[in-house]
Amino acid sequence: MRTETRRLVEAVIERGLFLCAATSVLVTAGIIGVLLFEALLFFQDVSVLDFFTDTEWTPLFAQKRFGILPLLTGTLLVSAIAMVVALPAGLLSAIYLSEYAPSGLRRVVKPLLEVLAGVPTVVYGYFALLFVTPLLQDIVPGLAGYNALSPGIVMGIMILPLVSSLSEDALHAVPNGLREGAYALGATRMQAALRVVVPAAFSGISASFILASSRAIGETMIVAIASGLEPRLTLDPRVPIETMTAFIVQVAQGDAATGTVEYRTIFAVGMLLFLITFLLNMASDWLRRRFREQYA
Amino acid sequence: MRPRPPTTPRLRQWGDRLLQVMALLVLALALASLATLLYDVLADGLGRLSWQFMTSGPSSRAERAGIYPGLFGSLWVMAVAAAIAVPLGVGSAVYLEEYGGTGRWAHLIEINIANLAGVPSVVYGLLGLGLFVRALQLGSSVLAGGATLALLALPVVILSTREALRTVPLSIREASYALGATKWQTTWHQVLPGALPGVLTGLILALSRAVGETAPLIVVGALTYITFAPDGLDSPFTVLPIQIYNWVSRPEAPFAENAAAGIIVLLLLLLTMNATAIVVRDRLQKRRA
Amino acid sequence: MTTTPRLQVRPAEAGAPRADQPPKILAEGLNFYYGSKRALADIHVAIQPHLVTAFIGPSGCGKSTFLRTLNRMNDIIPDIRVEGRVEIDGRDIYAPSTDVVELRRRVGMVFQKSNPFPKSIFENVAYGLRVNGLTGSRSELQDRVEGSLKSAAIWDEVKDRLHESALALSGGQQQRLCIARALAVQPEVLLMDEPASALDPIATQRIEELIYELKTDYTIVIVTHNMQQAARVSDVTAFFWLGKLVEFGPTERIFTSPTEKLTEDYVTGRFG
Repeated sequence: MRTETRRLVEAVIERGLFLCAATSVLVTAGIIGVLLFEALLFFQDVSVLDFFTDTEWTPLFAQKRFGILPLLTGTLLVSAIAMVVALPAGLLSAIYLSEYAPSGLRRVVKPLLEVLAGVPTVVYGYFALLFVTPLLQDIVPGLAGYNALSPGIVMGIMILPLVSSLSEDALHAVPNGLREGAYALGATRMQAALRVVVPAAFSGISASFILASSRAIGETMIVAIASGLEPRLTLDPRVPIETMTAFIVQVAQGDAATGTVEYRTIFAVGMLLFLITFLLNMASDWLRRRFREQYA
Repeated sequence: MRPRPPTTPRLRQWGDRLLQVMALLVLALALASLATLLYDVLADGLGRLSWQFMTSGPSSRAERAGIYPGLFGSLWVMAVAAAIAVPLGVGSAVYLEEYGGTGRWAHLIEINIANLAGVPSVVYGLLGLGLFVRALQLGSSVLAGGATLALLALPVVILSTREALRTVPLSIREASYALGATKWQTTWHQVLPGALPGVLTGLILALSRAVGETAPLIVVGALTYITFAPDGLDSPFTVLPIQIYNWVSRPEAPFAENAAAGIIVLLLLLLTMNATAIVVRDRLQKRRA
Repeated sequence: MTTTPRLQVRPAEAGAPRADQPPKILAEGLNFYYGSKRALADIHVAIQPHLVTAFIGPSGCGKSTFLRTLNRMNDIIPDIRVEGRVEIDGRDIYAPSTDVVELRRRVGMVFQKSNPFPKSIFENVAYGLRVNGLTGSRSELQDRVEGSLKSAAIWDEVKDRLHESALALSGGQQQRLCIARALAVQPEVLLMDEPASALDPIATQRIEELIYELKTDYTIVIVTHNMQQAARVSDVTAFFWLGKLVEFGPTERIFTSPTEKLTEDYVTGRFG
């Protein structure tokens, strides 16, 4: 091939590959564009103040109220329950796998945890509604058929592997010299782990916690199936509530016509959801980078 | 003042053991939940699995309903998603790994991809709705659904392909350049074939995640009641997880059995895909002497 | 190493550098930087055709870096800078109009650790021909592959297993395969970066014999940290130290009566 032809072909190929890589930027632009476009139209009909301060969310009723607080508290309630389950358990699991577990046990347990993380969320929703809720109803007085507790717990189980594996990576990155120093002073593995290794891995572990909560906030199907679709401003985990994500799916299934305020609500809610998870992801990333700088 | 006695070794030992016990308890509970879930699903659904179930469409009578449109809808949507995500994802990864290097653009793109990996799936659904269904007027079609899932899977495909490209040692690239090969020739003839096991495994895993996705496709407008499998890219559709969701949402008990049976089919599909990924990876790795 | 053993030095050959023969490779005022760190300082050297030129010097002295500037392999490293000229057959290879791909075909390279592709023996040798569009018909391709394998003195060992994986060969065989691969595209210059350093003595000897045979048809530049090897194999030797070219001349003179004290200290083993 002659030089000029070859150079041209190589340049064309490089351009083409660059465009592929640039699509990802287009995707982000698309997400922000779509959400912003419809959300701005939404806020022409609904005041921003009402959106953030009104305590009722009834966009699909005749008497329309557009306060996001019930959805927001619903999301935060379920996510908090999930975090109460996933964070301590995940961290404990990470400490065990990192500091104690014999390699045979690790080889078996880790793939099984991966399976736990890989089950589709609609299956977890089924599990929450039809197994966990009836089970809990025998234990917790006043637990309704749809509630926040059951999906919260199941979500926690689903997120546990994520917390465990990210925290384990953070613990693993702590140099062995620190452990050896602690052991040389007569510490048990637990003392070394809790007093030396975990604090050393603090940024990395925090990063994993934040990322897990971002996952929980963005989760849809478990809550769509098991928490009921009744927006309610409450902190009681035994009653039906609705999360931001479940609301989006609820309206999308219905007949809201394009261009109506009802249709636009999902974009306004979606925008808020995107912002929250985006900020959490950024925070997690910043922490993880700071952690890497410490030990890389 | 009397000095405090040091913690007795025995007490510390107990603390150590307690930690281990609690951790093992936690792991056992987590794995027991998995086992319980599987057992529950199998108990409820296994009896419902039948040829009739696999070949029927939806029905208001639970015993006559089946997953045929859902299963084939899933396969169609997955095929479209793969057709879009594979070239885009592999091309992006090749650019970032072999060509882009340390440029400012490359860095921006990398941060961007990491962000996209953390966006909730339902937001991808909103993107699909606003962009593919409305703006590009594709309607709630297989094409719109597949394109939405492709974008959802894209960050994962890019990340895993880059990992795979990195496993090819620099010495191979150097040997190729030293013979007078161009960058693309080196990438196409040496790097990609060398990275193939990892690339394929990553692709299959990304697609298997996409198969289980429900929320983005609901938002894009996948129907819950549709009686036929897709017959074209512009066809309306449903997918297996949405069919399951629909049955779970119904209060009548027989539909719960349908849901469980549908879940078994879904899990079998996922199992097959994951097993294929592992087999492919092992086979291709064995061929490398 | 404390005293100078009597090095086996071949006497000056009939093909030793003559003043009237134009150099194959000419470096003038060459400076090379990794980022802000200068690795080569003001190198001037002329490399004559159909001779074996050895670059010697302690670790990190820049000999490999300089070798890699001759076929612009350093270009794949980010953040490097080159000042000065490197001419091959009178044309500056760092001029913007240079076809780097063609340059690398004409100036082949063999690496320290053999790096055969994870393909068959045949495909390894054929690869260079394929990417340069030199394949011709199927029988032509086979002839060229066979010819290269013969030139690299490995044909008899692999002729019955051409389509088996190259990775199944021994270290020494793999290195000879890499030489065959480089020879297939008919280069004019062969750069060898410590080609035998990872090999056992017998394999090393075969490589050295091969180099002796190859110089009839090619110009060879070899980097080595093994002084005995340089003395055995090369006609001309260049001694590098801390990025500078300290001394350059016929091998016999460098090793028996060097001009610079630094050179003498190195070849007698006082440092390095």
